[in-house]
Amino acid sequence: MGIAYYPGCTLKTKARNLEESAIASMGALGLELEELPRWNCCGGVYSLANDDLIHQVAPVRNLIRAKEQGKNELVTLCSFCLNTLKRANLLMKENAEKRNTLNSFMDEEIDYDGEVEVVHLLEVLRDEIGWEALSQRVKVPLQGLKVAPYYGCTLLRPREVAIDSVENPTILREFLKATGATPVDFPNATRCCGSYQIVSNPANISEYTWAILSSALSHGAEALVLTCPLCDYNLGQGQKELVREHSEFKEMPFLYFTQLLAIALGLDPEVCRFELNYGAPESLLRVKKLLS
Amino acid sequence: MSAKEKIENSSETSEKEGKTESELIPIYIMGKRYEVPEGLTIMKAMEYAGYNFIRGCGCRGGTCGACGTVYRKPGDYKLQVALACQKAVEPDMYIAQIPFFPVNRAQYEFAELTSAPEEIFKLYPELFRCVACNACTKACPQGIEVMNAISALKQGNIAKAAELSFECIQCGLCTSRCFGELAQYHMFQLARRIYGATIVPRAEHLAEIVRAIDEGRYDDLLENLKSVNEQELKKLYQEREIEPVAAGEEWKPKDTSHL
Amino acid sequence: MPVNISSKRLHSEFVNKIKDISGQNLYLCYQCGLCSGNCPMAANMDLSPRQIIELARLGLEEEIADSKTVWTCASCLTCTVNCPRGFDLSKIMEAIRLLTLRENVDYISPEDISPEERGELPQIAFVSALRKFTG
Repeated sequence: MGIAYYPGCTLKTKARNLEESAIASMGALGLELEELPRWNCCGGVYSLANDDLIHQVAPVRNLIRAKEQGKNELVTLCSFCLNTLKRANLLMKENAEKRNTLNSFMDEEIDYDGEVEVVHLLEVLRDEIGWEALSQRVKVPLQGLKVAPYYGCTLLRPREVAIDSVENPTILREFLKATGATPVDFPNATRCCGSYQIVSNPANISEYTWAILSSALSHGAEALVLTCPLCDYNLGQGQKELVREHSEFKEMPFLYFTQLLAIALGLDPEVCRFELNYGAPESLLRVKKLLS
Repeated sequence: MSAKEKIENSSETSEKEGKTESELIPIYIMGKRYEVPEGLTIMKAMEYAGYNFIRGCGCRGGTCGACGTVYRKPGDYKLQVALACQKAVEPDMYIAQIPFFPVNRAQYEFAELTSAPEEIFKLYPELFRCVACNACTKACPQGIEVMNAISALKQGNIAKAAELSFECIQCGLCTSRCFGELAQYHMFQLARRIYGATIVPRAEHLAEIVRAIDEGRYDDLLENLKSVNEQELKKLYQEREIEPVAAGEEWKPKDTSHL
Repeated sequence: MPVNISSKRLHSEFVNKIKDISGQNLYLCYQCGLCSGNCPMAANMDLSPRQIIELARLGLEEEIADSKTVWTCASCLTCTVNCPRGFDLSKIMEAIRLLTLRENVDYISPEDISPEERGELPQIAFVSALRKFTG
């Protein structure tokens, strides 16, 4: 039996590279990702208002879909979806009054009491497969590839839904080590890329990008590993701007962690859909003799 | 309304009027109480009560979507929806018609659109205000999974949205209930247009027959029809052979010379 | 910055309105400024996050309304996880945004996003921005 899987909207368009490499890799590891039969957008960002329940409806409805499938675990790949689903789940577990209101509002659905656990695919790799077991499945060790693990915000904040230590996360470093790559820790690994400010204040994005990428570059990284489609987009847009503004700026390719996983597992690079990546990571992988 | 329908309606009304007082039922139209004969549709009951439709009424056959109506029955907080031309009145129904909703309708040059999901995002960016409250689905008199079709659009799946919304008649009741102020029915129409024009495979047999028509295969038949008098034309029409409802794939007309 | 305060201001309902929406007690804050120091967006804010709290406590609603700070916040929650008082500033930012949005005044309109950008942006950006900036 496979794991219930919630993709999120962006994984069906711009971030197909994240989804397809994940499905293929997990298949190779013997775990099937079963997409929920009906799902809706989770809302992207979690509502931070105490008196606002309408924005909890969307994430909770997806948790209900997982429960309907008889699943007690729902895996996500997108950091935003993880955060929103997991926080809404916590609300349903811990706040009886709001739980009752939401259940009675969604009178067309079965009642939900927080029975499903929301997890990120990185947690599945760490907790259900294990780094040691994962490293044994690696066919193409990513030797010599210096990758900076970039977490962004929503995997680690707030504390109650963090998938790892808020101050000193290691999950991506451990993942990179298991694939044979060289993790390059850098101070701004959990700094915000600007998030939805790309819509309202796009002019500021290159500044946020600079803070992250210059820090990774100065620590010797050749590429950045990501989990979030919004980080991917913003850092890409920011780099375009930086290249225009500063001729000396050195561009850096980004890869989703699942793409590195697929390469390390020796899968057909087609599943990585590199054409959707910023900064042509294949050329770096070819230089490192990881792609033919 | 056609002349024939008018005659039918008036005969029906006079028949109902002939009934006794006890067969009248109370309904509330926009809050005012009326007694109307039972068995009438909401639309006919409103006309019986003295309303004269210049909007909110179209085909009277449940397909044009002009007569979207919201109603509620006593003892139930739930709002129900119906097409006024399809739903029979029930005692103590509270009724309000929503013939039009002033929602955003994007302007576009259809020929310039591609099958990319971004076409919808460009024309209707408010799509992303959906909160999945599902009020739209509950408000659909056609039983369409409106929220799921909107989810499909957000996921960039135009084909799924087009298929899910196939039965949409553009009544706009979904929109009238939408928390995010989305124009679901206009978005779906755009999705179906894109789907029909750029996503569904072309029907080869259709292209063939269009070519045959262009090449004049039926010109003689049409000329013949044009030349007969009205009497003869009516006779031909009435005596035409109709494919039976339950006909299988193998059915053929008696005269196969035009196939 | 010099501010004028009065007893009327100090007794304004503003703090309570924020408290109702955010569930946060503004008087917990002891103005250490860790939030402002850690905020990755602070360089683009006219008032620092710490100043926002202080102005709110003084009932200076108009000063806050004139500031871009809450609209520059990206809800990255860096302040939230670092606050030594366990105070969730991200919820205050949201509450102040909502005081405007709930009056049917939006900060951005989907129509303001150029058609080119609409064709480029991932759905996740659209959804999140419209959640935070429209009512």
